[in-house]
Amino acid sequence: MLKSSVLITLALFSAGSAMAEEGGIDLQSSGADITNTESLQRGARNFMNYCSGCHSLKYVRYNRMAVDLKISEAQLAGNLMFTGDKSFDTVNSAMPKDAEIWFGKQPPDLSLMARARGVDYIYSFLKGFYADKTRPWGVNNLYLPSAAMPHVLAEKQGLQKPIFKNEPDAHGSARMVLVGVAAMSPGALKPEEYDQLVRDIANFLDYAGEPVKEKRQSMGVFVMLFLLVFFVFAYLLKKEYWKDVH
Amino acid sequence: MNDEVDHSRRRLLTAATVGTGAIGVAFAAVPFLSSWQPSARAKALGAPVEVDASKLEAGQMLKVVWRGQAVFVVRRVKSSLDQLGNHDAMLADPQSDDSAQPDYIKSSGPARARNPEYWVGLAVCTHLGCSPLGAFEANNSFQVAGADLGANWPGGFYCPCHGSKYDLSGRVFKSMPAPKNLAIPPYAFASDARIVIGVDDAPKV
Amino acid sequence: MAAAPESADSSKGGSFLGWIDQRFPLTSLWKSHVAEYYAPKNFNFWYYFGSLALLILVNQLVTGIFLTMNYKPSSAEAFASIEYIMRDVNWGWLIRYLHSTGASAFFIVVYLHMFRALLYGSHRKPRELVWIFGCLIFLLLMAEGFMGYVLPWGNMSYWGAQVIVSLFGSLPYIGGTLVEWIRGDYYIADATLNRFFALHVAALPLALIFLVVAHVMALHEVGSNNPDGIEIKKYKDAQGHPLDGIPFHPYYTVKDLVGVAGFLLLFCGVIFFAPSFGGLFLEAPNFEPANALQTPPHIAPVWYFTPFYAMLRAVPSFAGTQVWGVLVMGASIVVLFFVPWLDRSPVRSIRYRGPIYKVMLAVFVLSFIALGVCGLKPPSGIYPTLAKVCTILYFAFFLLMPWYTKFDSVKPVPERVTGHA
Repeated sequence: MLKSSVLITLALFSAGSAMAEEGGIDLQSSGADITNTESLQRGARNFMNYCSGCHSLKYVRYNRMAVDLKISEAQLAGNLMFTGDKSFDTVNSAMPKDAEIWFGKQPPDLSLMARARGVDYIYSFLKGFYADKTRPWGVNNLYLPSAAMPHVLAEKQGLQKPIFKNEPDAHGSARMVLVGVAAMSPGALKPEEYDQLVRDIANFLDYAGEPVKEKRQSMGVFVMLFLLVFFVFAYLLKKEYWKDVH
Repeated sequence: MNDEVDHSRRRLLTAATVGTGAIGVAFAAVPFLSSWQPSARAKALGAPVEVDASKLEAGQMLKVVWRGQAVFVVRRVKSSLDQLGNHDAMLADPQSDDSAQPDYIKSSGPARARNPEYWVGLAVCTHLGCSPLGAFEANNSFQVAGADLGANWPGGFYCPCHGSKYDLSGRVFKSMPAPKNLAIPPYAFASDARIVIGVDDAPKV
Repeated sequence: MAAAPESADSSKGGSFLGWIDQRFPLTSLWKSHVAEYYAPKNFNFWYYFGSLALLILVNQLVTGIFLTMNYKPSSAEAFASIEYIMRDVNWGWLIRYLHSTGASAFFIVVYLHMFRALLYGSHRKPRELVWIFGCLIFLLLMAEGFMGYVLPWGNMSYWGAQVIVSLFGSLPYIGGTLVEWIRGDYYIADATLNRFFALHVAALPLALIFLVVAHVMALHEVGSNNPDGIEIKKYKDAQGHPLDGIPFHPYYTVKDLVGVAGFLLLFCGVIFFAPSFGGLFLEAPNFEPANALQTPPHIAPVWYFTPFYAMLRAVPSFAGTQVWGVLVMGASIVVLFFVPWLDRSPVRSIRYRGPIYKVMLAVFVLSFIALGVCGLKPPSGIYPTLAKVCTILYFAFFLLMPWYTKFDSVKPVPERVTGHA
């Protein structure tokens, strides 16, 4: 009977995770690892260099980030803070209020992007830009059609071109479907170097989505061990008292 | 029911279970109790405040807000500094034994300051928390008009609520409503006249 | 005065406890509800969930009170105040996860608790009121869960509230007025959030506590059922205690403690290692702030509502109105209240029932789970059909119960309970 409740739980769980995979082009697996502090440090630096001009992390505090990512105060002030913020401030973007005129919309705050869309989405999105002359910035995105964002890292990655496939629709008429991207012109980084760059950013944004994540998991181990001890004592106590019951 | 109950085993297991449970409850209580501590935001808002006192003329004062409280920064007139030690007999707590201040302030003697020229202290009367007014020259009551401060008052702070008087180092006079000297927050000099309130040490600029 | 009035009961001596007992029935309450409450000795696994539900209620109350200390019930500040709790408040993340995971755990435990009643006929005479109080608790819990879900003011909160509140709009004549009255505005707005907050943190918890007390009092008045579904009061010893009963304390207190420890292992496992639980306990779109201009790509209620949501969607519009789906969903809960009278079997427990009830109960449980999955999925592919079939099966279990329980075969019921687990 215990088994049936476990099965119910598992069924519900698999239903939930299956849900996340529906629709659109499959995301690429980022391989981001929240316990890799060096990756998080690189990700923080990359974010501050390439992203924070437009995107804020309005729920992330610099000093908390420095402690969690093992960055010294000096490194924090010298390498990561550009906007004249104090170390206890949250990460604001340097973007003026009229950004909406440039991009059609205010660049979103990225504090919770990893929790709302997932790390793999961020990783895929940063790898998904392709040349599209019809868009205002000359690029579109495989994972976010009609993205308003320019390809900030184009100089690093180079440009990609879209791959279309002819997939006739239900009525048999020809229809071009976007199925992927391919390299068109090389950038300053080798493909695997670029992957590492955006993996670090995705990893850092995973941290930003829930700064306590790593601590939560490492603490959880001790909580479970403690509860296991309690369970054993309670079980032995129950066995002892129930010797009375025939 | 079984007559051959192993009471010692029962007691041991009960103690073990209750003991572990009590430890668990104690651990579980920690997050709830410490959630009442100042949050990261409160700490950010209560972060050290930097004051540039170089523009203060001698005998002038400015107030800054640190952790929701007003803090006096006074540039004292050189001549009055020499007289600070002369009226200890009139004070309730001349050595500041009962008053709140960092150790490095207590050891500075009657000046109660890291640099005698600049006096830093909380603008909170130790009686009932009113904000005292300042008058920084002997017998000068220019900011406390109407109050008779007496011919012997060497200048200092005056609390308009109940008339407590303090000297130029914030030390309270005898027989005043206020029991203690004005409290002094931690502060440090980042340069000659750049004062950081809220820290014991400041990196030199 | 000469002498203070003496207590009639000499056992209430001069101790502190005696002083209390002369003024408040502390010892007699303890005895009648714990130390000398005789429960059948053959409770099994399924009997853990009552005490666990109580534990979760306490968890929700305590963590809820602490969340209230930092939460801001305004449409402008609610979302940011949750992130403030998650990041800036010391341990706020743990308190919030305890509360959000507790909400899902509450429903898991309550669903299993209700299933236990259907297994062993715990709702049957004379326990009808125990069951009815329980159904009311379930109903209030759904309201509590729904309003609590709105409070973080994420985009799922917003659109979930929009969809659920709109349900009332399909009622004839009063629909439009009713929806406006519930919202207090022309859209889901600050006023809506404020009143949901008031109900979630004050009114509904008070009503829940009252109903839980009534639930337990009614149970202790008639005595607990057991997996054999027989009365233990029939055979008593010389002191008048049931021969098959054992005092709740210490026997069931220590046993429930094992259940609590096991539950906490699972509960903390989720909190520390998977607090979002794959998007089921905390849904990904709810990490984006409420946006009245952009619906999430796929709206599904939290998992514990999905079986009922699936039934709502399974019913097509008819005669120009969608009210039928709403009525079916309402009926799916109302029908629960009538189970004690729908069940006509001469026996209570599934152990002595015939094959028909066993099959019907199994089909009911499977269709309830399938409905839950349908409610999570977009209404395409096989899901709409599956939902329709399962809705029929759900109601068939209840509405056909008077017939199949009457004609089903039964096995002989023992006089005394059979063993203990």
